[in-house]
Amino acid sequence: MGAASAKSVEGAVPAGFRVRRELMDAERLSRALSRIAHQIVERRRDAEGLVLVGVRTRGVPLARRLARLVAEAGAPPPPVGALDITLYRDDLTTVASQPVLRRTEIPVSIDGRTVVLVDDVLYTGRTVRAALDEIIDFGRPARIKLAALIDRGHRELPICPDYVGQTITTTRDESVQVLVKEEDGHDRVLLLEKEPARRPAKGKPRRRA
Amino acid sequence: MNGYPHRHLLGIESLQPSEITAILDTAESLREILDRPIKKVPALRGKTVVNLFYEPSTRTRASFEVAEKVLSADSLSIAASTSSAQKGETLLDTAKNLEAMNPDMIVLRHSASGAPHFLARHCRAAIVNAGDGAHEHPTQALLDALTLRQRKKRLEGLRVAIVGDLLHSRVARSNVWLLSKMGAKVVLCAPPTLVPPGIDALAPVTYRIDEAVEGADAVMMLRIQHERMTGGYYPSDREYHLRFGLTEARVKRAKKDVLILHPGPMNRGVEIASEVADGPYSVILDQVTNGVAVRMAVLLLLLGGGGES
Repeated sequence: MGAASAKSVEGAVPAGFRVRRELMDAERLSRALSRIAHQIVERRRDAEGLVLVGVRTRGVPLARRLARLVAEAGAPPPPVGALDITLYRDDLTTVASQPVLRRTEIPVSIDGRTVVLVDDVLYTGRTVRAALDEIIDFGRPARIKLAALIDRGHRELPICPDYVGQTITTTRDESVQVLVKEEDGHDRVLLLEKEPARRPAKGKPRRRA
Repeated sequence: MNGYPHRHLLGIESLQPSEITAILDTAESLREILDRPIKKVPALRGKTVVNLFYEPSTRTRASFEVAEKVLSADSLSIAASTSSAQKGETLLDTAKNLEAMNPDMIVLRHSASGAPHFLARHCRAAIVNAGDGAHEHPTQALLDALTLRQRKKRLEGLRVAIVGDLLHSRVARSNVWLLSKMGAKVVLCAPPTLVPPGIDALAPVTYRIDEAVEGADAVMMLRIQHERMTGGYYPSDREYHLRFGLTEARVKRAKKDVLILHPGPMNRGVEIASEVADGPYSVILDQVTNGVAVRMAVLLLLLGGGGES
């Protein structure tokens, strides 16, 4: 079993990175989501007319789970949308390779409602800027709030989350990888660091020739 | 990883099935934008596209223009009938002059086969073929495929009849290439005078429409291109309709859930009966909406990053 989980973690780590430490296991991740759900329900104004909108890719399953937890906490079950912010990126025409575009789905009118944007990792804030622009093209919500599972700092824009699972300090060389059952087979949050360039990782065959 | 690693879209013949799928998937994701309250995304802000049309076109040109506007590209359209082409300027001179204004893309419709390939060799801009002579019309084939895929959930294994003026049809050629690459079974049908030599190497040809339509999942009707016809290819429009027109009786030979496609503009009462064009199996208006989505996908894949390297 240990070997199997090590293998699946390795598959999730992008080339040039290695795992530094685990930030959350499945249980801590689920506790963090349930705390956020309770906080949303406690702020009555947010819970009424609530729409949860996940930012693709991993914000979407997180938003679906939050919707279930919000309903379990006694609020009406909120509709869930999905946002692909690719077309609103500020670096779309300069990125080296074209990201795969997926469909944006906003199932209800957002006019006058509270939209909670859900993303896995909050970092520079540029994704959130793009998501705000895209949401506003769908209507005029009463307010937009931001929920992030991990806030890792290093903001480049004046953006601040309303609901956070865990705040951590990172360096820019590091990376945070959120794994969710729906996409990756299991729940886990990992802090990654760049592999030293000089020597290949010990004891493991190089993944890329 | 880039789903579409080319700088231009010149034709279907040179594309890999995975590249066709990448364009169709992107178009499928983009289609939703056309239903939004604000039908505009900032993806291609600051990019300039020139639509250079040397042949008349309503649908294709309007479709490219809408796609460009939805993606926030700046675009200008030049119709040869109102341009310096009337004063005898060559295609290359026109293109070079336009290029001095630094467009990122030129969408070209031209009566000469290979005109876009020629521009691609001489221009820095990305070139999109919007129909070249009787050669290819790649975005039409892509939008037909998108329409089929939406309704049938697959392309592989579909039996598709392409009926009509094969001789002058770039739509037919692009479609035969695309559908066979994606694993569909294509049957071609036309009067012997309208079958170009060599096309039987791409797909089987029959002279009987009843045979072509038999058991088909989809029938693509081609327009009789009166404007390109210099000789007597068939006795009369009436005769053509009797022998090769798609009538309700003939539609009944196809599968129950058959789809009828036509690239437009239709000659009602010649290649297609009005009842069929307006019938429940007709997806002709879906094709128009999908046309915008496919052109948005092409613009985005060619101009939206990754195109340089």
